[in-house]
Amino acid sequence: MSGFFTAFVDMFDTATIASIVAGSSALMFATMGETINEKAGVINLSVDGSMMLAALAGFVIAFQTDIVWLGFPAAAAVGMSVALLIAFASIKLSLNQVAVGFVLFALCTQLSRFLGTNFVGRRPVGVPTWEIPGLSSIPFFGPVFFDHNLVVYLSYLTVIATFLFMYRTRKGLELQGIGERPEAAHSRGIPVNKLRYFYTALGGALIGIGGAAFSLDVKLGWSDRLTRNLGWIVLAIVIFGGWHPLRAAFGVLLFGALQAYAINLVPEFPSLSQVLPSIPFPAMILALVIVNWKRLLKWLDRYPFLRAILRSDPPTAIGTRFKVN
Amino acid sequence: MGLELRNIHKHFGPVRANDGISITVETGTLHGLLGENGAGKSTLMKVLSGFHSADSGEIVLDGKKIKLASPDDAIEAGIGMLHQDPLVFLPFSVIDNFVLGSPGGWRLDRRQATAEMQELCDRYGFSFDPHTPSRLLTVGERQQLEIVRLLWLGARVLILDEPTTGISADQRAKLFAALKSLSKEGMSVIFVSHKLEEVADLCERVTVMKRGKVVGEADMPVPPERLVEMMFGQAVQIRDRKEVAHGKSRLTVDSVRMATGLLSEESTSLEVNAGEVIGLAGMEGSGQDTFLRICSGMRSLKQGSVTVAGKDLTGKHYRDFLAADVKYLPAGRLEEGLIEGLTITEHFVLSGEDRSFFIDWAQARNRAVEQVDHFAIKGTEASTVESLSGGNQQRLLLAMLPHELSVLLMEHPTRGLDIESADWVWEQLLARREDGTSIVFASADLDELLRYSDRILVFFSGRVIGELDASSTNVDEIGLLIGGRSANPELSEGSQ
Repeated sequence: MSGFFTAFVDMFDTATIASIVAGSSALMFATMGETINEKAGVINLSVDGSMMLAALAGFVIAFQTDIVWLGFPAAAAVGMSVALLIAFASIKLSLNQVAVGFVLFALCTQLSRFLGTNFVGRRPVGVPTWEIPGLSSIPFFGPVFFDHNLVVYLSYLTVIATFLFMYRTRKGLELQGIGERPEAAHSRGIPVNKLRYFYTALGGALIGIGGAAFSLDVKLGWSDRLTRNLGWIVLAIVIFGGWHPLRAAFGVLLFGALQAYAINLVPEFPSLSQVLPSIPFPAMILALVIVNWKRLLKWLDRYPFLRAILRSDPPTAIGTRFKVN
Repeated sequence: MGLELRNIHKHFGPVRANDGISITVETGTLHGLLGENGAGKSTLMKVLSGFHSADSGEIVLDGKKIKLASPDDAIEAGIGMLHQDPLVFLPFSVIDNFVLGSPGGWRLDRRQATAEMQELCDRYGFSFDPHTPSRLLTVGERQQLEIVRLLWLGARVLILDEPTTGISADQRAKLFAALKSLSKEGMSVIFVSHKLEEVADLCERVTVMKRGKVVGEADMPVPPERLVEMMFGQAVQIRDRKEVAHGKSRLTVDSVRMATGLLSEESTSLEVNAGEVIGLAGMEGSGQDTFLRICSGMRSLKQGSVTVAGKDLTGKHYRDFLAADVKYLPAGRLEEGLIEGLTITEHFVLSGEDRSFFIDWAQARNRAVEQVDHFAIKGTEASTVESLSGGNQQRLLLAMLPHELSVLLMEHPTRGLDIESADWVWEQLLARREDGTSIVFASADLDELLRYSDRILVFFSGRVIGELDASSTNVDEIGLLIGGRSANPELSEGSQ
């Protein structure tokens, strides 16, 4: 038993926390992207595949050109294209978003496998560390948040920008409207399907950037199915986050912490070293159960503040089509 | 000056929803648009609000021809539409609903918008908290929110599609007062309804539609009989209710509590005899719906008991209630009563008594054809239920009721139905009494409650505030009780 405790205590040192923050960037981008997609009413089930294909695209471009930054727009373009296919299939062809998304997941995964064969094991230049002058010397917060690289900083900015956009601007309110009740948005003169294309593309681009953040920074290099399962975790975190950018960001960090904990457990229980790395996945399911636990939520009704933090309202029109007749 | 619709045509496939309609609405008038279900009123209003584009015809506003290709165009032209089910975003706060879709750039100034909303609310006697999620508002309040929003956007013409369905008498009075003062300020109001009394109360001019055409126009006031004549071709007689001798006790509900809010500590008891009709009155959500669900076994009890024909069913499963011939018809016909996508025949298969593994389709079809004919359902046995109009969906639900029926529980049995269909529905229901069926129904229509009930229970915030004999009470007395003001304090105390 003491092994669980030791591993837990070991997590609370600055270096570990800093590595959790740095390692979260890929999931952070992708989670914001998926949140935007779903808020607009389009469920992008291809994340796991599109992230992987984007990770490969980013890697290849960065590797071939030797300019790491070029990898990010390339990955964004891949993520955007896949997402647009889902929007097109749903809006124009009236196909089911879930089915199309799942097929695209499989397709992208296989494509990345096939196209990436020659790049396995190659190492490109990574993203240079850039500590922010002044901020990085603050005790604890400096090393944890401000001693990384531009990709990590941009991941925080993306979270903040997504939050501010959604809840503090008129356009953001419209974004929520088209995923909540498209006919009501339509009656207010909002071009529902046009905006759905736009936000699916935007979200898809962020998912793509998430892929590149993984292959060019979090785990520099390419190997077969490099980002596997991250996309599914993104989908779970979006739900855990109640479709709220800040809560989702918290979910990403929680998942990162669980991973760090699992790694810390390995030396304590060497015989379980094969099983432990998979702990974060069932743990996320448990977290999902908790945030959707009706009795807990009912009890929380007495504490409006906690309830507001824990409430999760799926966008009502998620996964549906909207047709003007 | 005003709004002119000239020769509007709108077809859906072979259906001529609007077949050459011309109407003029003068500026600053309250204009009623009457017609049965399916007369083409809603289509016309959707054309006018930019939801549908007309196949042909012109719309002229204040002497200028306007083109309405989308709701955006309509809003720009100053035409605001209030839908029957107000199109608000339920999880969003009132103020977010208010600003969503308003013109402007990125900047969202909630404080400024709140101030402007409050000002409009004060002017028309509405009030709501800007930060409440709008799902907590009643349907009436959602309508008020939409009206205020449309005014804020600069509407000059306001269309209201059946706005009084599902709102309380109190809210209706508020709505009508606001509409009257708006029209005095120069607003043109188009009031779409199938309720004669309301049009008579409110409107200065009325247009009657039937099967996609205008069949009559008149300046109010006109005797209601004339309007009925225009709508149906002949005046519908108000049938006198035939009395039926009541039998033994059928349904006994003893001291149950409707936990709808914090104030629901008092319990309710009711005894219904065979052949008796009990009407449940009250504002929406005052406990009637919960009470019906308790009686039908769909909601479990915290305390008290439910007995059907002498058998104690407290805490039993819904299936046991069904086996005891208790049947519940909910208000949401398409949501709870029927299954979207399935045909009439398939519905009869599902509700039939035949429990064999394989379906005898030939027999099922025969039964469906027979029932479609017998209940005069406008459709065929192969029609899907969502293709039927509200009235025909209700007919189908009645057609599916089993022969043996001990207690029939209904919510808003004639909501959204035109007079003819409503009368027909009640004819069927009252005929059931002769077999000893007891009926308990909730309704927002006071005339319906008075006309068809033996006794009326008035609900107020989760409890029964009064029990009235339908033959000796009147609209005013019920109205007062619904508003929570007991006309006779002894009576309301005695009923608890």
